[in-house]
Amino acid sequence: MKNCEYQQIDPRALRTSTTRTSTNKNVRVRRKWEVFPGKNRFYCDGRIMLARQCGVLPLTIGLIFITSGLFFTFDCPFLVHNLTVFIPVIGGVLFVFVVITLFQTSFIDPGILPRALPDEAADIEKQIDNSGSSTYRPPPRTKEILINDQVVKLKYCFTCKMFRPPRTSHCSLCDNCVERFDHHCPWVGNCVGKRNYRFFYAFIVSLSFLTSFIFGCVITHLTLRSQSVNGIIQAIKESPASVVELVICFFSIWSILGPSGFHTYLVASNLTTNEDIKGSWSSKRGEESGNPYTYNNIFTNCCVVLCGPMPPSLIDRRGFLPPDDAPQIVTSDTEHPHFVAKNGTNMCTQGTKELLESMAHSTVIQSTCAPGTPKTTPVPQESLLSTVSITVSPSSKSPSTGCSGRQARRPIDVPCSQRGNKQAALHTHKPMLRVSSPPYSLGHSPIILSDTPDMGFIPLN
Amino acid sequence: MAETHSLQDLRQAAVASKVFVQRDYTSGTICKFQTKFPAELESRIDKQQFEETIQTLNNLYADAEKLGGRSYLEGCLACLTAYTIFLCMETHYEKVLKKIAKYIQEQNEKIYAPLGLLLTDPIERGLRVVEITIFEDRSIGSR
Repeated sequence: MKNCEYQQIDPRALRTSTTRTSTNKNVRVRRKWEVFPGKNRFYCDGRIMLARQCGVLPLTIGLIFITSGLFFTFDCPFLVHNLTVFIPVIGGVLFVFVVITLFQTSFIDPGILPRALPDEAADIEKQIDNSGSSTYRPPPRTKEILINDQVVKLKYCFTCKMFRPPRTSHCSLCDNCVERFDHHCPWVGNCVGKRNYRFFYAFIVSLSFLTSFIFGCVITHLTLRSQSVNGIIQAIKESPASVVELVICFFSIWSILGPSGFHTYLVASNLTTNEDIKGSWSSKRGEESGNPYTYNNIFTNCCVVLCGPMPPSLIDRRGFLPPDDAPQIVTSDTEHPHFVAKNGTNMCTQGTKELLESMAHSTVIQSTCAPGTPKTTPVPQESLLSTVSITVSPSSKSPSTGCSGRQARRPIDVPCSQRGNKQAALHTHKPMLRVSSPPYSLGHSPIILSDTPDMGFIPLN
Repeated sequence: MAETHSLQDLRQAAVASKVFVQRDYTSGTICKFQTKFPAELESRIDKQQFEETIQTLNNLYADAEKLGGRSYLEGCLACLTAYTIFLCMETHYEKVLKKIAKYIQEQNEKIYAPLGLLLTDPIERGLRVVEITIFEDRSIGSR
């Protein structure tokens, strides 16, 4: 077969080979999720997405199902008989709510910003160069803007090749910029951002209720049973599953109530975990008024965060890539050729939109093939590190719930997580920077800020 | 049809350059684009016309993200149904996005294409920029 390609060009052979390739192309039209540059996994033809590192999501699901299953099987019959039929009803409602919100947190787009196309990136680079200083240092890749009279710095993302909008952060685990980035939660296997924060909050709150409810019911069950069989040991022997549930729920409650309280505080003050950890607004003054996004009213903040309009997904996973003749290999020039190449093809019947899409996506394919080299770009990291070191220590604003306090103190609970906490401290750590040596003496586990993975930090693990 | 003819002409024209209208974050994280008139468009289009287009887009996006009784009702209803209504119902934001797409197409057909320009719907650029493609100045007009 290879020899045929090197023969003298035979028009008939040429025609068959081109028709063969064109029919091959026509048969397989790809969707955009197949060429998505971030580290995500897609299922159901792009309808469902997860982070590539889905963390302990199977464990979360397993724990919830097992505990609830044991509850409904072993505790409910006794309690229905001795108390009321509403117990499994309430349990059922809570369980369904928990599962649905968990799946919605895990499987939807958290608010990923698509990467800048080459034209756009080039335009931004031009602007940066124009405004650059005359010193030999590379121009600082930040832009300062005023939001509600508060100076906010926008950082340039080397991977996505754009200035990040306010409150957007780049998650190193998913390799995406996520809007209103809160943190990357390994328990749900996804980032928590603008689009799924409300589901996440609903999940942890309803999970708190579910675990507390199951815990209370199991205690009641064992108490009632021990009264009727004269002894707690006998009661446990009769219903060993209850002990399993007790243990799981006990540790879960300790781990979930903390984050629930913490996120309630964040919602009420319209903050993200990322901002709170970095102390973006509180370090400069001692008050909350530094946050330019707050409405200075708890009720309004809650409404805005939880009941605000649902923004659309910006990444269009299920859109079709044009049946293109764009090269799959990286080429360095990205500007015009693809537009010109598309002339006179089947574009006649397509509108402007498809035309631009074809242009855009031929360049998208190129940009996806280009590896994210900026990860090693040495941009001034020291300022960020020092910001981290200064701002994390004062934790005056942290919620006063017993277990969590500052999220950064959670490492103490980390050993417990191995015993199967549903929502341990780890999820609150995930979004943070991997600093080589925590400049503050708060805990043992690495703090991972996913704001600037492309700054060349040394990951701890 | 006149519109398709001018769009066809555009397809055969070469792209001279692209202008990117960036987001305006001075009011927070809401979707709003800068109304500053780019220098590259000075020879092509009237400043007022351009500003009007961008302002209309900004107003439409503001309407999509508006916080009010309607959005709260939608949010509360969604919460009560464990957010499953999002599977069957189109949100207000999505409806406005469709309106925006139609508006941009209309603007392209009526105003921008005859001048050798093309607006790209910002949603296709992740709501980061309004991309305006400037085509080479040939005699583009309805045939």
